[in-house]
Amino acid sequence: MSIVSLNVNGALHEVDIDPATPLLYVLRNDLGLRGPRFGCGLGQCGTCTVIIDGNAVRSCQLPAAAVNGAITTLEGLAQDGSLHPLQQAWIDEQVPQCGYCQNGQIMTAKALLDRNPDPSDAEIRAGMDGALCRCMTYYRIHAAIKRVVSAQDAGTAAAAHTGDANDQEAAV
Amino acid sequence: MSTPLQFPKAIEDALQRIDPSLSRRKFLASSGALVLSLGINAVPGGRVLAQALASGPYPDPDFLQLDTWIVIHPDNTATFFVGKTDGGQGTGTAFRQMMCDELDMAYAQTRLVMGSTDTTPDQGGSGGSDGIEADGWPMRRVAAEARRVLLELAAERLNMPVDALTVSEGRISALSDSSQSVTYAELVGGRRFDVALTGQNINATSGAAAVKPVQQLRVVGQPIQRYDIPAKVDASLTWAVDMKVPGMLHARNVRPPVAGATLVSIDEASVASIPGVVRVVSRGNYVAVVCEREEQAIQAARDLKAEWTPPAQGPFPASKDLFDYMRAATPTSSSEPRVTGDPAAAFASAAQVLEADYEVPFQGHTAIGPAFALADPSDGQMTIYSNDMKSYGLRSGVAQFLDLPRDRVRVVYMDGPQVYGRTASDDAGFEAAFLAHELGRPVRVQWMRHEETAWDTKGPAYACRLRGALDADGKLTALEYDARSIDYAHLNYNEPDTVLIAQLMGRRPAQTAAGATATPSVQYGIPNQRMSTHVVALPLVWETPLRTGNLRDPNGPQVTFAYEAFIDELAAAARRDPAEFRLELIEASAEDNVFRRARSLAALRAAVAAYGGWQTRPAPNPQSAGPIHRGRGIAYTNRSNTIVAVIADVEVNRDTGHVWVRRLVCAHDCGLAINPMGLKHTVECGMLHGLSRALHEEVQFDEEKVTSVDWLTHPSMRHSDTPERIDIVLVNGDPNPERPDLPHYGAGETSHKPMIAAVANAIFDATGVRMRRAPFRKERVLEALRDSRS
Repeated sequence: MSIVSLNVNGALHEVDIDPATPLLYVLRNDLGLRGPRFGCGLGQCGTCTVIIDGNAVRSCQLPAAAVNGAITTLEGLAQDGSLHPLQQAWIDEQVPQCGYCQNGQIMTAKALLDRNPDPSDAEIRAGMDGALCRCMTYYRIHAAIKRVVSAQDAGTAAAAHTGDANDQEAAV
Repeated sequence: MSTPLQFPKAIEDALQRIDPSLSRRKFLASSGALVLSLGINAVPGGRVLAQALASGPYPDPDFLQLDTWIVIHPDNTATFFVGKTDGGQGTGTAFRQMMCDELDMAYAQTRLVMGSTDTTPDQGGSGGSDGIEADGWPMRRVAAEARRVLLELAAERLNMPVDALTVSEGRISALSDSSQSVTYAELVGGRRFDVALTGQNINATSGAAAVKPVQQLRVVGQPIQRYDIPAKVDASLTWAVDMKVPGMLHARNVRPPVAGATLVSIDEASVASIPGVVRVVSRGNYVAVVCEREEQAIQAARDLKAEWTPPAQGPFPASKDLFDYMRAATPTSSSEPRVTGDPAAAFASAAQVLEADYEVPFQGHTAIGPAFALADPSDGQMTIYSNDMKSYGLRSGVAQFLDLPRDRVRVVYMDGPQVYGRTASDDAGFEAAFLAHELGRPVRVQWMRHEETAWDTKGPAYACRLRGALDADGKLTALEYDARSIDYAHLNYNEPDTVLIAQLMGRRPAQTAAGATATPSVQYGIPNQRMSTHVVALPLVWETPLRTGNLRDPNGPQVTFAYEAFIDELAAAARRDPAEFRLELIEASAEDNVFRRARSLAALRAAVAAYGGWQTRPAPNPQSAGPIHRGRGIAYTNRSNTIVAVIADVEVNRDTGHVWVRRLVCAHDCGLAINPMGLKHTVECGMLHGLSRALHEEVQFDEEKVTSVDWLTHPSMRHSDTPERIDIVLVNGDPNPERPDLPHYGAGETSHKPMIAAVANAIFDATGVRMRRAPFRKERVLEALRDSRS
């Protein structure tokens, strides 16, 4: 065991762990985060994705002690109480079925749009291809990403509310 | 009334899970404070909930008490308690809509709690896509009864007859003078209804009130957003896998290296140097390591050395030899053939006879999150946190397995990865409970990827032989269907003697389940038919990774592939348009139970209309030069009373064999649509799941073990496979949307069912080559294309 320092969602943490422990288990079990989830432990499905210095990274295979950069998890996307546009688009398009993989979908999409704010359909398919969904929400995911892109293009958030979703849910 | 009251923790927990923004403080402020001041008999939900305050026992909520189903809070909101689970198809939102309408409350005034055995009545959890179709009815009836009771209370309070009153959004007012009114909360908020219901079983539960006619439903039919989605995208949801309890240990299973192997010995020294190992548990051939930390358990399971004796007889043939084995095997059972007309005579006088074999391999659930459960044995109880869609079955099964009184076991249902049938979440629940019972501490069991992909339950492999006779006019005069499936010892849900841990421990039922092989679900009028089915077994029946169990529409995709692809062959041989050929077959059908013939015709026509520009022509499509060939394929089926017709447009690359389904069209009829948006999304994702099975999914094994163990060896559909366009038409309601009792049928599986057939038919249209063996991976397609040239 040894002390490992991690910068997660802007906060510094020190954990006393076997330094070879994959980052995923430290985030979930030591820091109590719920965004990144275990899917394969092999870096093949993307369910555990976090963003480190702008790159979408599979946390299930990365030793915690090997992380140098700042880590952003799904919990860190919302700013000042407002959802990230991708999160809002995921709600507007009603993307998830079970939702278990959606951490990886959203984090992969964020890294994609940060790198390429105006991707073509082919670039969305290629950029997202490593993020698996067994409920097969891919078509809805593409719609949500395009919704964010078109809202950016229009330069207005109003464009983000034109879909078939009809929000009648209110806070109770 | 004097018993001091604790806060109803079970309700609070349940509400927190569905709405994490609802803090304990907020809940208290909104409704609990009044409850606190009223004493135990005033607790909404009654005695059952009061008992749940303590740490067990956990008796069954009484489904014959209205308070079990509906609680009106002092702030004029309501909570519904239903015994179903929602795997992400939006059934929770739909149930809420149905109950809102009957109770006359706005959707935003309500919440819904699902599927935890100590807080919700036992409606069995999910299965068979019949939640909306069957379980929605008692929900509607109890909500209607609550409205009736509230109207009577209001009549008394306002001193006027019930028929002089009207209800809107939980407020009852006089028809003549809306200033005279009273809210539901003012009548019963925070207090019990104390109304008994009637019914021989939970499905028959009813009060005195009648449900509303369809024309009066207002919340039903609205495309309301799912309540569970925001917490799934902002990371605020506590999933089952997130649950942590004090003193919790982490376990990993160690499976036999060869299917059917017997454990000889375990070398515990092989993991002695790993810190945190608490115990190596073995019982029969079940082995697990239990550790303080998760990564320690993963390492210990990987490093544990054990000696195993392989079985005397090989467990199964290699997957490449599977269909030869199936055809040669002596069936364990055969159905009495179902014969109509005189098929032999029709074949004898046929102008053309076609014959073809269709094959579908074992396909797995392969959930995106491997099976999981956490079991907590604290306070002499056994609490299991699980996403098992049959939480009630898990509770009963574990109680039997561990010989615990049933009311000492509860299952807290929480969200988790996909549950399209009998997944390994059943198995993980038993394993966690067993280990927690053994160690006397909470144990979290998490299967690894290789374990999930190899050892979860499988949809049965099918080998079907079809023969068809066409007369000189190209009319289908006879059809024979003969199917074999490997479905012997098919597993039910949560049985204490068939879950994997029981099998490995040698605890088995005296007899296996017989299994079953299915026949097609279509509405075709074919004068002469013969339908026969057989079940065949693999050599290894127990302790096998090729356990069959229900996978989304358990036999439908396999059977419908064979049947609907063969119908396509017959249409092509008759030089007929495949849609017209089917329409004529449906029109020739003599039956019209639940308007199934009329609705089938409507669905097929709606699919063709939505496709747009459908050219009436036989397949295959005349091809131009170049490597990319395009084609369309249609398939139709029903599941119970739900009808579906789908059309797939494909591109086949003749140089690589790669198939891309560019576009999907679906016409879907499941009666009354409760939430058209949620319905469309479920239909869409069901189709794409079917597409994944058509293009990619196949369990592969050698003569010892399953060899497809991860996403490289067991590929699944990806983003790059996704169609660029999907059109879904809800033809619900045809032929008579105005009938007051228009039923609501299920929708979780029907659109999944015809997909393999639709894609195969489209590949034929594009290339002139019939793919009769799923999945249509590019190597297999390329080989078929080459064979067709030589």
